[in-house]
Formats: sequence, C-alpha cells, structure tokens
Amino acid sequence: MNPEPGDYVEVKTDKGIFKGVLLPKNKFSDEDIVILKLDNGYNIGIVPLEMKVLKKGEKKKRVKREIKRKEGLPTISVIGTGGTIASYVDYGTGAVHPALTAEDLIFSVPEIEEECNVRAEVLFNILSEDMRPEYWIKLARHVKKELDNAEGVVIPHGTDTMSYSSAALSFMFERQSGPIVFVGAQRSSDRPSSDAYMNLLSAVKVAKSNLGEVAVVMHATTSDDYCHIHRATRVRKMHTSRRDAFKNINSQPLGEVRGDEVKFYGEYKKRDEDNILLEKMDEKVALIYYYPGLSEDMFERMLDGMHGAIIMGTGLGHVGTHLLKSIREKIKDGIIIGMTSQCLHGRVNLNVYSTGRELKKAGVIPLEDMLPEVAYIKLMWILGNYDAQKAKELLPINLRGELSARRMITW
Amino acid sequence: MVKSGLEIHQQLATKKLFCDCESKLSDNVIYKFERVLRPTQSEMGEIDKAAIEESLKHRKFIYEATDNSCLVEADEEPPHDLNREALDVALTVALMLHAKIVDEIHVMRKIVIDGSNTSGFQRTALIAMDGYIETSFGKVRIPTICLEEEAARKIEEKDEYVVYRLDRLGIPLIEISTAPDMKNGEEVKEAAQKIGYILRATKKVRRGVGTIRQDINISTGQGRVEIKGTSKLNMIPKWVNMEIERQEMLKEIAEILQKRKARVNEKIYDLTDIFEKTESKIIKNMLRKGGKVLGIKLIGYSGVLKKDKYRLGKELADRVRVIGIKGLFHSDELPAYGISSEEVENIRNLMKLGDKDAFVIIAEMEEKARLGLEKVMERAKIALKGVPDETRGPRDDGSTYYLRPLPGGARMYPETDIPPIRITKEHIQKLASSLPPMPEERAKELVALGINEELAWQLIHEGKDDLFEYLSKNFGYPTVVARALIIGCNDIDYDIIFKALKEGKFAKEAVEEIVERACNGENINALVQSYSSSVDVDTVIDRIIQEKKELIEERGEMAFKPLMGLVMKELRGKVDGKVIAEKLKIAVKEYMEKNK
Repeated sequence: MNPEPGDYVEVKTDKGIFKGVLLPKNKFSDEDIVILKLDNGYNIGIVPLEMKVLKKGEKKKRVKREIKRKEGLPTISVIGTGGTIASYVDYGTGAVHPALTAEDLIFSVPEIEEECNVRAEVLFNILSEDMRPEYWIKLARHVKKELDNAEGVVIPHGTDTMSYSSAALSFMFERQSGPIVFVGAQRSSDRPSSDAYMNLLSAVKVAKSNLGEVAVVMHATTSDDYCHIHRATRVRKMHTSRRDAFKNINSQPLGEVRGDEVKFYGEYKKRDEDNILLEKMDEKVALIYYYPGLSEDMFERMLDGMHGAIIMGTGLGHVGTHLLKSIREKIKDGIIIGMTSQCLHGRVNLNVYSTGRELKKAGVIPLEDMLPEVAYIKLMWILGNYDAQKAKELLPINLRGELSARRMITW
Repeated sequence: MVKSGLEIHQQLATKKLFCDCESKLSDNVIYKFERVLRPTQSEMGEIDKAAIEESLKHRKFIYEATDNSCLVEADEEPPHDLNREALDVALTVALMLHAKIVDEIHVMRKIVIDGSNTSGFQRTALIAMDGYIETSFGKVRIPTICLEEEAARKIEEKDEYVVYRLDRLGIPLIEISTAPDMKNGEEVKEAAQKIGYILRATKKVRRGVGTIRQDINISTGQGRVEIKGTSKLNMIPKWVNMEIERQEMLKEIAEILQKRKARVNEKIYDLTDIFEKTESKIIKNMLRKGGKVLGIKLIGYSGVLKKDKYRLGKELADRVRVIGIKGLFHSDELPAYGISSEEVENIRNLMKLGDKDAFVIIAEMEEKARLGLEKVMERAKIALKGVPDETRGPRDDGSTYYLRPLPGGARMYPETDIPPIRITKEHIQKLASSLPPMPEERAKELVALGINEELAWQLIHEGKDDLFEYLSKNFGYPTVVARALIIGCNDIDYDIIFKALKEGKFAKEAVEEIVERACNGENINALVQSYSSSVDVDTVIDRIIQEKKELIEERGEMAFKPLMGLVMKELRGKVDGKVIAEKLKIAVKEYMEKNK
C-alpha cells in the first residue's frame, strides 16, 4: 500500500520512529524529506528509511454552503478575481487555497449577509501580477451584466495591480448605474488579524451607496479603525506590505467608512440611470521610466511598433536631452507621447526648464498631476475607442477625476 | 495517582526570532495603534472553546510600538528568516537533553486570539523530540522541544480593551515540555531547576524577572489543570501540593453531591425586591445604578460551598470574576457582608429551599447577572463530576485561581512566509562537538578551583561561573570572589577590586562592602582608593624588624610568629593577613641574609 497524503503513517528513520499524517510535498523542502503532521499539530520534515500506512486517510467532503436570500435587503454582486483576500486555509494539510467559490468568501465574513443579498461568482482566479488588459475587458463586461441586477458590485482583487484594474474599469464605464468597488487585503483572510474582514464589509457598504464611480476601499491607517474610499484613478499601492498601503496621490480620498457610516468628504459622481461601456483597449502603449543611462537605442526599441507612450520623467517632467531627437521623430511618425513624473506627487510643468520647453515643442503632452500608470491605461483606452486626433485632445483633460487643477498644501 | 508535568519557556538573548529588533523590554513607546482579532472558522465550523471565551471578553486591542519593534511586530511586514543564532541555541539545548532533532524544521502558526500576538497566531516550530533528563527520582521524559516567538506584554486590561506593548513580542523562546513523570511538588521543582541549569549553560538565555516561565500540569486522575506562569522556583512545591489538595477536595465534593443526588435548578429568580432596604454596600450601589439581584438554587449543595475544608463557592465566584462580576454571594457564607438573616430567610422561602439546598445570588446589571449565573450553573454542574480541565494562575500564598478553560488542541497551520529549514548532519555534529558542560560537570570544575559545592551551584545558578573562573584564576581568593559575585551586580568591573586585593591594598574582609557600594553606583576606583590602607605595609614591617632585631638574631626564622603578631596588631583589617605574612616572611629572610 503506497502512502498517500492524508494517510496516518509510521515512518522509520535513523533517529527512531515518528507517527503522523503524511502531508503533500512542499516545493521548498529538500527532495529526500517527507512532511508529517504530528498528533500535537506540529509539522516536521524527516528523512524516511521506511514508511508504513497505519490508517488510510479519508477523502474530505466539501461542505456545501448556501447563501440565503433575505427580503428587503439590496442585492450586491461580488465578483472574485483572486488574490490574498480570496484565499482560505485547509487546516488538515495547512495549505492556503484560493477561495474557489464566492460563497467561501462570503462565509468568511458572515456579517455581509446582514448587509445585503449577495450574488457571488468567481470570474477568474489569478495572481494579481498576472493581470492583463484582456481580463479587464472580460471583467468590465461581466460587471455591466451584474449592474443590471444588482445595486452595486464588489470586486475582491489582488492588491499588486488593483489600482491598474480599477483605473481601467473607471475609463471603460462612461456611465454606471451603481458603485463598482475594488477591495483587497494585505493579510490573508485565514489570519485572525486579516484586514480582509473590515475591507470587504466596508466595500459592501460603499457598494450600497449612491456613488456612480469606480472606487478602491482599503484600510486608511494601520489600525482597524476605518477605511478610505479612493477614487480609482487617483489611488496607488505605496507600500509593499502595510494595511494602509493604498494612498490617494495629488487628491483627497472620496470618503471613508467608519463602522456603519459611509461618509463622502466632497464632490463625487452619483449613480447614472444606465450603463455605457466602452471597453476596447489598444495594447500598443508603452510605459517608460526614464533614468540616467537610458540610451537612445534602448528608448527607440521600447517605442518600436507602439501607438503611444507614457514617460515617467524626472522632476517636473524631463528626460535627458539626448532623447529629444528620438522623441521629435517618433511624434512626427504619429506616436502619442504623454509626460508624467516619477515623483508621483505634484504636477508636471514643461515651461520651467529648457528641456521641458523643448519636449513641449516636440509635441509631448504634459499630463498635469496624473499618475503614470493611470495615464498609461487612459492612453490605451483612448486609442482603443477614438481616433488619434481625438485621443490627443482627450489625453490631457479630465475624464474620470484622474487629474485636477488644484493641489492643496494640507494633502 | 498524581501526575505532574512541566512546560518551561525560556527567553533567548539573541535578536528577535523573525526580525532584527533587540530582545529587551522597553518603556520607549513611539507609536500606538488599535486592532481587532476574529476567531477564524475552521473547516468543521468549530471554534476553540478558549477562543470564544476570549473574544467574548474583549474585542479591541491597543498596541504600543517601542523602539525595539518594527513593522514585523506590528503585523505590517512578513517575518524575516528565522534567527539562526536562536536556532543554534535551541539545537544545543536539544542535544543536551538527548533529544532527536528533526531533519527539517517547519514553522507553524498557532492560533491565539487574546491579542497577545498582533497576527492572531504565535509562530512556533518543533525542533526536537523524545529527550530526557536524569533526576534523583529517575528519568523525566521530554517529548518536545520547540522554538517559538514570545507574546506581546500586557500593560493594561479593561472591559472594553487590552493594551499590549510590542517590546516583548518576537523575543525567541525555547519551550520544553516534560512528560507527566513527576509525582509531587518537590520532584517538579527539581526537574524545573535541572532544565533551568541546562538552559543557562548555553550562556545565551535572557536573565531576570519574567525571562523564564514554568507552567505546571497536574492531574490527580480526573481532569487536567495547568498552572500558568509559576516563575518562582521555591514556590513550586507549594503550588503543586496545594493544587493536589484542591483536586482531592473537588473529588470529595463530587462524591457528596452524587450521594445526595444534587442537581442544578436552571430557573433564575429575580430577588431585587428582597433587597429594597438592604445594608449591603455592594448590593445597594448596584441597585442604585439600576442593577438587579438575581439568584439560582443549587439543590443538595449546602455545606460544600464553604464549610470545613470545602470551598466550592470560591470556584463559582472565580468563574464570574473573569467576566468582571464581584457581587456574588452564596448561602454557605450568609448572612454576612451586610446581608441580613432576614434577607437570607426571604430568599430561602421564595426559592422554597430545603435544608440541604443552597443558593447563589449575583448583584449586577441584569444582562451581566444572567450571564454570570449561567457560568455559575455550568461550573456547579461540573462539580457533580469532579475536577474540571482548567488553566489557573498562581498566587504568592501558594494557592491558585481560575483563569480560563484549558485550550483545546491547538489549531496550527504552516507559516507559509518562512520556507522549511534543513538541519544537516554536519551542522548537528559541529554543535555536538562544542556543547557546553552539563551543570554537574561545571560544578565539579568550579569546586576544583577552590570553592565548596554550594557556592559552585550558586554561581552556576546565577550564570556567573565564567566570570568567577576568570577572576579566581587571575587574582586568587576563590571563595572571596565567589561570595562577592553572588552578592554583587553584573555591571561593575570586578578586575579593579580583585587586582587591588591581590596587591594588598585592603583586607579581603573589605571586598563585600566595596562590591555592595559599587553596585549602588559609587565610583569603583574611588572606593578602592578609600579602602586602601593609608599605611605602607613595607614601612611598617621594616620598622618593626628594626625595633625587634634582637628577636630575629636570637630566634632566627622562629621569630616570624611573634613578629607577625606585632605587625597584625597595627594592620589588622587594613591589609589582608596573607599578604602581610608573605611580605614579612621575605623581610625576615632578607634581614637574616644581610646580617649573617
């Protein structure tokens, strides 16, 4: 009888005999190691000489969970896409699994059922870093369908690329009949300290509100005190691991969720009557980070075959003067080039220094205080849905709150 | 049959287990934040019993970040690699305990939601299994040796919140569990002491209050009790023996109750009206706040709550004390505390109590009083069976008090942020070839340096054996050095004192006083200066030899003794006799040679 994971086994080693449940191989373990879960709950790795099955493991039955409908509560659609927020732990093997059904997800935060009737579906289950523009299109179409039946949509998403996805949907929805709320977690939901509970519950509350925009809802501080509601086109992950990693740049958050209260700080777009989706994307857009040492050759290769590019320039929006020639030629060839700043905070200004003036003269479009990634997504979206002339007009003007004329000293 | 085991937690003096912070306590609070923890649901949908009680008590945790805590302790950054120095200490201890070291270490997360870990779990790894120690009463088995992170330090506890400080969180801990091989308090103490010596032999353990904690498990055949945090070694026999008595008492009570066919009536009576004009301060205050007096009857429980050696009432009160209820009274102790015999009679009549029946009343806000009485009923029902499984805390008088139910089997799952760690044979061999001496061997080495066994063990116990070895080898006076180190502190320069002693600047009798004063903060050089005799030993000796030269000429070397007497008369207490004797011997010899 071959021992299989889940079997209770006796393992003979050169140190003595060990008994426990055989666990699946760990890809970080050495080849010769078997992992046992001992009766006391600990896992250990040992080198076996002989292994004997004492008791075959039982196949686990998946517990089917049902979400009950409650009269009088609004319907909120939850669309799973993967990521930390959507994982749960198998205490038998200890492995962390992605939540395969949205029911699993809801089950981990039972309070949601008090808030709304949930329509839940897992659209895809990918790592955040594997996100691609084609998934944004698929997601946007699904969201539109859901908005026909639900008050609002909550999209649990991996945090690494959440602000890209949220910005993409923000541009794609010209009109939206309810809130589209992205939410993530920096600590997985199998931990008692997970931020997933508060974030998800807060996101559901925002999804019930009158907001007609795409938003990101995440912890505002390191404490479990309140969440910020961020405008999708203004938010950025600014820390690798903190709960309050998501920050509004060059603007203030739309509002906050504290306990049961959803509060908006200022102006925001209200729900529309219907949904208009312009979901095409032109993927031939480059996002280029300028740095000392970026050669003309490399720069030109990055622009090769592109319809547009967003440059993350230095300071007020500069690149080395050695690139001016290439830029002039590429723009002459019809490529749209927009300028943002790698400072992230503050507005670009191509009038202050001569390089800036040269860039402007060459046809580089200064993109105000727009975030580089947002500008990149915006350009893909504009080029997908409008002709080049219109695209040039639209790129530097405000469509979804992605840029503003004023920045306050208190932000 | 008494079965008792130990669980010992020792902090290590390395950096923290999963980050680069110093392992120390700190009062330098640099930031505060708040968190909540949720019991996560396991697949079966069951949540740990202790977890429920804990989350019932508190929801909000306030954390104080200190200069020696970083984002890791704040649960805002994944753990770093496990500290290899701490791991080597744990492996060394495992080898000294003759345990089998696992081939690959897997760090686990043990769910703990009392807030003492910001993450809601404690990281812990099983390092070795099946070790043992030898004791005067036989082998004590050591089934597991773990390396884990210390919890945060509780600063304040209120009904609505608990404040924890992050200075202590993450300090490496070695956890050593023994099998229940001890039969009484003395045996438990010996095992604890022995394991303590082995831990300290590594020289890599933290010292001082709270750096080592013992938990004791005791079962007298029924139920299992863990006494948590029994840090005073000398108190261990008392705690163990009093707990054995308590368990025996509970078993007797169960027998009595079973014989009487005692039972708990679940009806809750509102007795508020009876206390309308009460003289009891506690009840009066509670009624003024809008509270009530509620009660239950315990059929057949009279006389076991508080009479002779029986104290079941205390057990009941303990269960509601942990949820913040102080106003519990029972019929065995009444009338008292301002509650009149008339009030007691009224209760008995209202509840229609018989001679053998008892009652328990709680004065509190209604909801809390009901919750409290439910807890009382729960505990009273267990009394019918005997000893419940409990975690208890130690008191300085040797008694213990109820803390919480024993946690169920720990829910553990792998710490996925830390890859498994392979322990190679070569590494173990390297550690095995340089193991510190076992305490018995060390004691022998110290005795060979010229002190008695008692002093040797004291030095080992205090971890000052290395310093003793160095000082006594360099400056002599082993017993003086040993005594000085045992009374002295850790942070003075003993070299200065013993160098001066060797040079004869003062008598050895002065050493303890100098050490004490230096430890109280006085400047050590100035102290040595002030104790140094103002007289020059050589001048005194020369003078006396000149005065008594006839004596030398007459008696030769035999003159030493009377001369010594004369010199000592002048220098006693100022200069060590041994030094004087040596100098005098030389001076006498020199005089004789010169005057041959």
